[in-house]
Amino acid sequence: MERRRFVKKLLAFVIPGGILGVILKPSTAKAKDYDATKHYYGMGIQVNKCIGCGRCVEACKDENGVSKEPFYFRTWVERYTIKKNNEVIVQNIDPRIEGIRESFGEREILRSFFVPKLCNQCDNPPCVQVCPVGATFKTDDGVVLVDENRCIGCRYCIQACPYGARYLNPVTETADKCTFCYHRITKGLLPACVEVCPTQARIFGDVRGSASPLTRFKRMNKLHVLKASLNTEPKVSYSGLDGEVR
Amino acid sequence: MNPISEKLVDLLKQVTGYIYPNEIEVHWGVLVVVYPYLTGLVAGAVILASLVKVFNIKEVQAVYRLSLLTALAFLLIAPLPLLLHLGHPERSYEIFLNPNFASAMAMFGFVYAWYLMVVLLLEIWFTYRKDIIVWSQQENPPMKWIHRIVSLFSTDVSDKSVEFDKKVVKGITIIGIPSAFLLHGYVGFIFGSIKANPWWNSVLMPIVFLFSAIVSGIALVIILYMVIIPFRGEKIDMKCLDKMASYLFYAVIVDFSLELLDFIHRLYQSEESIKILSEMVMNKLFISLVIIQVLLGMLIPLAIIVGVKLFRFDEELRKLLYFVSVILIQLGIFATRWNVVIGGQMFSKSFRGLTAYKTELTGIEGLLMTLVLLVLPLVVLAVLLKIFPAWETPKRNPVGEAAA
Repeated sequence: MERRRFVKKLLAFVIPGGILGVILKPSTAKAKDYDATKHYYGMGIQVNKCIGCGRCVEACKDENGVSKEPFYFRTWVERYTIKKNNEVIVQNIDPRIEGIRESFGEREILRSFFVPKLCNQCDNPPCVQVCPVGATFKTDDGVVLVDENRCIGCRYCIQACPYGARYLNPVTETADKCTFCYHRITKGLLPACVEVCPTQARIFGDVRGSASPLTRFKRMNKLHVLKASLNTEPKVSYSGLDGEVR
Repeated sequence: MNPISEKLVDLLKQVTGYIYPNEIEVHWGVLVVVYPYLTGLVAGAVILASLVKVFNIKEVQAVYRLSLLTALAFLLIAPLPLLLHLGHPERSYEIFLNPNFASAMAMFGFVYAWYLMVVLLLEIWFTYRKDIIVWSQQENPPMKWIHRIVSLFSTDVSDKSVEFDKKVVKGITIIGIPSAFLLHGYVGFIFGSIKANPWWNSVLMPIVFLFSAIVSGIALVIILYMVIIPFRGEKIDMKCLDKMASYLFYAVIVDFSLELLDFIHRLYQSEESIKILSEMVMNKLFISLVIIQVLLGMLIPLAIIVGVKLFRFDEELRKLLYFVSVILIQLGIFATRWNVVIGGQMFSKSFRGLTAYKTELTGIEGLLMTLVLLVLPLVVLAVLLKIFPAWETPKRNPVGEAAA
C-alpha cells in the first residue's frame, strides 16, 4: 500500500514535471532566427561557490573540440593558497599538468579558494584593436570571436590579451579562445561551462536584461573585474574576488 | 600528441612559479627577433646616408651609396622572417587588402611600401640614374641590358637633368629622415603599445628602438666598409672611418642614456610587475641583457671609442679597435632585440612565474633559418653592388645628349 501511494505521488510529480519540462525546454530555434542586436552577453562568477571540480574545463574542451593537452584552454580553474606567512601559491587544477599540484598542511594555510578563468569578452578588447586583418572582432551581442578563415596566425592578439585567454590552435594554426559557446547561446542554450557547473558558480546571461539570474547576481553582490586598471572593460565579473587574483 | 605539444611538455618542467596555462608556448620566437633587427639596420643605414646628404658631410661621402644599397638589401629581406613565422603566410596579403586601421601591425604594409617605393628606390634611382645610363652605353650585354632596364630606359644625361636628379635626391633625403624614424619607430610602437605587457609597454620604446637602429645601422656600414674596401684592394679612408666612429659614439651614448632612463624609471616607479621583471632579468636574461647587451654591446665599445678619441693610436690599431667595437655593437643590438621580443614573453602576465624558451637548430623557427635570414641580405647586397657599383664612376664621358 505504502509503495503504491509512493508511486502515485511520484507519478504526480514526474508527469506534470515532464510536460512542464517540454514546454519550458530551452528554445532550440535555429541561429538564423537569432537577432544579435537584441542581446548583450556577460558572465558572473561567484568565487565562493567554485569547488574546483574542473567539470567546466572538461565540458569546454569536449563541447568546443579544444585539444586535451594541457597547453590549450578556453577556460581553466586556478587554485589560490595563501599561507600564514603571506606566501601566495597559485596552481592550475588541471590534472594533466603533472607535478604542479602541491598539498599543504592545514595549519600552514591562511585562506584558499578557486578562481575560474576564461576570456573576459572585454567591451574594450585589446585583441580586436591589434588584429591586423580584423579576424578578431566583436559581435553585436558583445562576444569577441575569431574568424579562423581570415586569421593569418600572427599571434599579436595573444600578446595583447592581458588575461592569457588566447592560444594558437595547433590544428588550424589560428588564434583561438572562449566564444561563450556562441553556437549554443545563439540557440538559447547556456555555455557548456555554465551548464555543467554543479554549484552554479558561473552565471550567464544578458547584461542588459532586467530580470535574469545575471542581473540578480549583479544586484546582490559587490563585483570586481580582473585587471580593471587596464581599462579593457571585461564583461565577466567576479563576486568575492580576492586581491591576490590577477 | 602533436610535435608542438611534445616540445611544450619539456618546457613545462622549466616553468617556475605560476603561469597562465596558455602561456607555455612562446609565440614570437627568434624569427620575430630577426625582424626588428633587420629593419633597425635599414633605418640606421638610411639615417647615415641622409646625414651625409642633408648636412653635406664630405668625409662620409665615400659610404653614401653603400649605405643606401645596404638599406635596400636589408629592407628586401626584412619581411621574410615575419612571413615565415605566420600561421597562415598564404593569407598575408590580407594585411594589404583588409587592414584594420586600429592595428599598429596593419600599418606595416603601408609603412613598408612607403619606405621601399618612395624613399629607397627613388633615392637610389635618382642617385645612380646618370651613371647607369653611361654604364649601359659602355658595357657589353648582359650588363648593358640590365643597366638599360634599371635606368627605366632613361637616356637624358644633360647637365639640366643631372641637376634635377640632385635636387630630387636632396628632397627625398629630407623625407627620408622622418621616414626612417617612422619605419623603426613604428616597429617600437608595435611592442610599446601593448598595455598587457609591462616589459614592452613604454612610451620610450619607439625612441629606444630608433636610436638602437641608428647605432646598429652605422655599425653595419662600418663593418661592410672595412671588409669590402680592402677586399677591392683599396685603402680605407681613415677620415671617413673616424667620422663614422664619432657618429656611432654619439648614437651609442644617446641609446645607452635612453635605456638607462627606462631602467631607472621602472625601478623607481616599482609597479606591480617589478618583482617578476627583476627576477626575469637576473635569471632568464642575465647573459643576454647584462653581459651581452649592456657590457659587451655598449660599455666596452664605448670605452674603446673613448680610448681611441683620447689617445692618438696609429691607423692599424685604430682600425682593429673600431672593428672590434662594431662587431661587439652588432652582437649587443641583436641581444637587445632578443631581450625585448623573447624577454617580453618569459614572464607570465599573472606576474607570478617565468616560462622558458628553447631554440631549435633546424626547422622554420630554428637557428639555421635565423642564420640564413641574417646572411641573405648580404647576398642581396653583393648582387646590388654588382649592378650598382658603389665606388666606381664612369670612366669616359657620356655619349648622348650631353656630349652632342
